[in-house]
Amino acid sequence: MMHVEYAFNIEGETLRVFPLGDRAIVLAVATGNKQTWQMLARIAHRLRSSSPSWLEDIVPAYETVTLYYNPFQLMKEERENDRGMALREENKLPYKIALDRIEGLLKMSEGEADETASRLVHIPVCYGGNFGPDLEEAAARSGVSAEAYAALHAEAEYTVAMLGFMPGFPYLTGLPERLAQPRRAEPRKSVAAGSIAVAARQTGIYPVSVPGGWQIIGRTSVRLFDKTKEEPALLRAGDRVKFVAVREHELDREGKWIV
Amino acid sequence: MSLTVLEPGFYTTIQDMGRPGLRHAGLGAGGAMDSYALCVANLLTGNEPQAAGLELTLSGPVLRAEQDMLIALTGADMEPRIVGGMELPMWRPVWLAAGTVFTLGRAAAGCRAYLAVAGGIHVPPQLGGRGTDVRVRIGGLSGRPLAAGDAIPCMAAGDGAPPAVALEARLRQRVLAEGRRQAIAMAAPRWFAPPRAYGGAGADGIVLRAMPGAESGQFSEAARTALYREPFRVAPASDRMGLRLSGPMLERTTRAELLSHGVAPGTVQVPPGGSPIVLAADCQTTGGYPKIAQVAHVDLPLLAQARPGATIRFQPIDLAEAQQLDLAREQELAQLAAGIKAAMSGL
Repeated sequence: MMHVEYAFNIEGETLRVFPLGDRAIVLAVATGNKQTWQMLARIAHRLRSSSPSWLEDIVPAYETVTLYYNPFQLMKEERENDRGMALREENKLPYKIALDRIEGLLKMSEGEADETASRLVHIPVCYGGNFGPDLEEAAARSGVSAEAYAALHAEAEYTVAMLGFMPGFPYLTGLPERLAQPRRAEPRKSVAAGSIAVAARQTGIYPVSVPGGWQIIGRTSVRLFDKTKEEPALLRAGDRVKFVAVREHELDREGKWIV
Repeated sequence: MSLTVLEPGFYTTIQDMGRPGLRHAGLGAGGAMDSYALCVANLLTGNEPQAAGLELTLSGPVLRAEQDMLIALTGADMEPRIVGGMELPMWRPVWLAAGTVFTLGRAAAGCRAYLAVAGGIHVPPQLGGRGTDVRVRIGGLSGRPLAAGDAIPCMAAGDGAPPAVALEARLRQRVLAEGRRQAIAMAAPRWFAPPRAYGGAGADGIVLRAMPGAESGQFSEAARTALYREPFRVAPASDRMGLRLSGPMLERTTRAELLSHGVAPGTVQVPPGGSPIVLAADCQTTGGYPKIAQVAHVDLPLLAQARPGATIRFQPIDLAEAQQLDLAREQELAQLAAGIKAAMSGL
């Protein structure tokens, strides 16, 4: 069996490197925390900016960045770059070549200024009532009033650890421990689009109406996923998010949500 | 140019080679389940490999060609025929006269067939692809499967498939020379693309070659052995998102929950119940179940042809071999493309 596990040293962190089948590569950190999410988001952003044609997708998550690549395109590019001779001699695998290229790209861009760390997105939320049917119960479990729960939720600053589950759905970390909630025993058959939800120590926002098991505490009118835009997701991994409590009649006023 | 849907079949969607590039936004790449079959259908009609065609599932539609057109059918054999007329050959270009109504039945074996039209199906691209993503409601016709009465817009060969123009003209002339009645006329060349390269559509037992997944070490020895030794059956609750398998329970030796991470078509994940799911073209971008294996990319067309009730076996392969086979498949398609081009120009 070929040895496929490697390590990169990036920004003083050791990243484990291993394959996800024959068309994807995973870079993994030992533990996810605010620093590592932002580092993984930076890595993703840097690779995306250099956008080699063979690198199709870059997906940062809690402890990993998964890189989806096209081996045929990669080898074609290698040949065009006049490295054909070396390729034939070494009989190198696309996986190994991709690793070399990725490490090169990361080293080259190390220390470069980048704007991902600075994005702070404000999201207006109408807490409770019909928009947040689980707010009262969630507050009771946390031992505070509904108003206090909403205020604490809006006070915290969150980091987008990843997008997934459905297009545009952000997993937001940074929920204060006392606000943590269990998932609902029975998932709702339909959660309204824009619902702000809490489960364990995470909060999230449902981009469209789907079944869901998180506790619903409020709703926003901001569109998380817009099919008509070239970059359809409002948020991306590494963004910081603050919720701004608004009243129901203010909800349609989008306000300034990118600072 | 258009095709009219008289009956939609069991589940027919417009698909292309997917829309990679937005997984970071949570949008999967999607695309044809059997990308090999769609690619060959496109080549046979002079299209670019990534042109949009129809993906037919288990039981095919009844369609009417509103203009003269060159089509090709590949994948599972659904016994295509002209209504009131002759059988339509698969894996070769077929010229149809305007007004021809043709029908596809149930797949005798396999699961999915593909139909390409010279010029390609011309729905507007959305987020970088024309393929239908039913869950997100994008691509295809309003992001949904086809329904009776739909008009499927197609480009003319001259616009999207220049290599096919001469062939189309020759086949039309042949029909006219034979003086056949227009509305049930068809013609095909003698040459065809041999389906042997992948041969999966007919197979009763499907063998999928797979590499160990990142968490394969968290499964019991017995589970890892059973995965490659025992047969699995494709459960009815399988679709373009994933194939649920029933067979031996795959026991994990730890209860530790995983944080969500990237997954891909071919990922074999095992929920706590122990029955594996093989993710497919429309899978989510991320998942949280442990991954016991990953099916080699070159075998995903076989996965696409596994229908509910079919038997699947896994066979170990290492990364080096999987990548060599993947590159060899691309090479083979490039050669096929060159051969078809030569045949089309009558050389």
